[in-house]
Amino acid sequence: MIGVFSYLVFFATTASILAIAVLGLNLQWGNTGLFNGGVVAFFGAGAYGTLILGGTAQAGHLGGFGLFYPLALLGGMAAAGLMAWIVGLLTLRLRHDYLAIATFGVAVAFENLMRNAEWLAGGAKGVRGFERPLRAALGDGFIYNLFFFVVVLLILIATYMFLERLVASPFGRLLRAIREDEEAARSLGKNPARIRLMAFVTGSVILGLAGGLYGTFYAFVSPQDVLPTLTFQIWAMLIVGGAGNNRGAIFGAFLIWGAWTLSGWALSRFAPVDVQLYTGSVQFILIGSVIVGMLMWRPQGFLPERLVVSQRGKPQQMQQGE
Amino acid sequence: MIQHLLDGVLTGSYLSLGAIGLTLVMHILRFANFSHAELLSLGAYVALVCDALVSGLAPFLAVKLAPLSLTGSLIIAILISMVLTGLSALLIDRLVFKRVREKGQELSMVFASFGMALIIRNVIGLIFGLSPALYSRDIAFAVILSRDPLILVKPDQIFVLIAALALMFILHLILSRTTFGYSLRAVAENPSLAQVNGVNLQRTIMAVWLIGGGLAAVAGVFYGISHQLIPVMGRDLVLPIFAATIVGGIGSVYGAVLGGFIVGIAANISLVILPSGYTPSVPFLLILVVLMIRPHGLFGEARA
Repeated sequence: MIGVFSYLVFFATTASILAIAVLGLNLQWGNTGLFNGGVVAFFGAGAYGTLILGGTAQAGHLGGFGLFYPLALLGGMAAAGLMAWIVGLLTLRLRHDYLAIATFGVAVAFENLMRNAEWLAGGAKGVRGFERPLRAALGDGFIYNLFFFVVVLLILIATYMFLERLVASPFGRLLRAIREDEEAARSLGKNPARIRLMAFVTGSVILGLAGGLYGTFYAFVSPQDVLPTLTFQIWAMLIVGGAGNNRGAIFGAFLIWGAWTLSGWALSRFAPVDVQLYTGSVQFILIGSVIVGMLMWRPQGFLPERLVVSQRGKPQQMQQGE
Repeated sequence: MIQHLLDGVLTGSYLSLGAIGLTLVMHILRFANFSHAELLSLGAYVALVCDALVSGLAPFLAVKLAPLSLTGSLIIAILISMVLTGLSALLIDRLVFKRVREKGQELSMVFASFGMALIIRNVIGLIFGLSPALYSRDIAFAVILSRDPLILVKPDQIFVLIAALALMFILHLILSRTTFGYSLRAVAENPSLAQVNGVNLQRTIMAVWLIGGGLAAVAGVFYGISHQLIPVMGRDLVLPIFAATIVGGIGSVYGAVLGGFIVGIAANISLVILPSGYTPSVPFLLILVVLMIRPHGLFGEARA
């Protein structure tokens, strides 16, 4: 029984970390309409940043700063934000698909750099030598995992509340205004490029936070963790849950991660051995079909965006509202 | 150095062919189609199957056209594959992109294209297996052009280059000399105005997919001749051909041609200073440089 329970804790921890990432993407795509094709790069920057800053000294690659854990995590988030700032600065003034292509390129280049640059982050062997915070006090067992889950859950709730506030604030209204009609927003004296850049960087910092927690959870990160697969998974979570709805984002994260885990388990359990090699292919086809299918039949997701009228006008105006 | 330059030109020939179709789609349908590179793999594998069929039905065609490793049956297979891949592109548009286009916004199409890329790539992997395939098992010997500096080139590569340039020239004639070429440009400029003037929008979109798919098929086969066929080749090609369109300017066919060669040459020249492991990052660096100094590419125009 304790086995099942400890697995559930493990599952919920991973799903909650991914939910934080989906929330970050939701700010970019759901609320602002920015296409991030390289989710995994910002997630990875958070993970690598946290582990390099917070780890013990390693022969052969950068690291060993041994920073106090929260500082290391903040450093990882800053790394993700910095990367987003540079990419955003170059692309957000242009036609929207430039951002999609450039972010996709960032993900390719990031994985490529991490795989090849041994001096930077250990190359294909990954970053080791990270001590999980409070390990001395809590040990390595179930208690630690439970503690870690609670911390992740609290961070998820905090992120959710922060984003709900942000979206309900004048800034959030501005984001939606830009998403819906950029010209109109500009005519009101707003600067869409700057606001979009802010939203893009904020979303990426949240992606970096999720990545940092992921790295902490495994106390290890390697190029295998920053493959494009993760980008597709996080997208599927957002599209299924409902872009623009933070609760939908969290719901989608748990649903898709559950389905992914279950399909992987079922394929490894019931598929013939010689087909097992193709488990990955089958899962990719499934996730691709989920994305395409949702866009075709229910583009708003299971929990669609709730549009709010933030300033109530005369009754007839309200009926005309969205 | 000269060898790298030469290899770059040869790489550029198939990147350009891939980029032409992509830039047309991005211009007319206004979305970054991340599944375009999968049309290259689709075309390459369709040609592989057709090659086997044709040489089975007509064994006299399965003779190598010396000094090339290319056979007559493969050339027929390429032509069949161009048609079939073009039709597949059309079918994918009908089944998926058209519906998403009618339902959602432009960026939903980008999501959908990523999903389609995953599906196509992995279906190919399921059908043909994950190990590489080749059109010809024979070793193609390189011809030594010069001994000092040592410059080697395979006859197949020269064929690829000439065939690619010929195709581009034919496309140039179509675009600049026919009514169809004018209507294509009109639709790209202003779809509504083009329709008012009697251009059939649906038919133009169909033509774009047919041309894009057909050229993608050739590009895929040429990639397969130069390297090998693997189901994940689309994943490795998608960034270089996007880089080619951005360097050339989105929507410009001539820009895509030039961009393809620039990306190919840059990736090969980079081997002089960077370890080969970094080659996949070169297209991205090129995108960054272009965005910094000339955001709309060499021949692109500013358009929201």
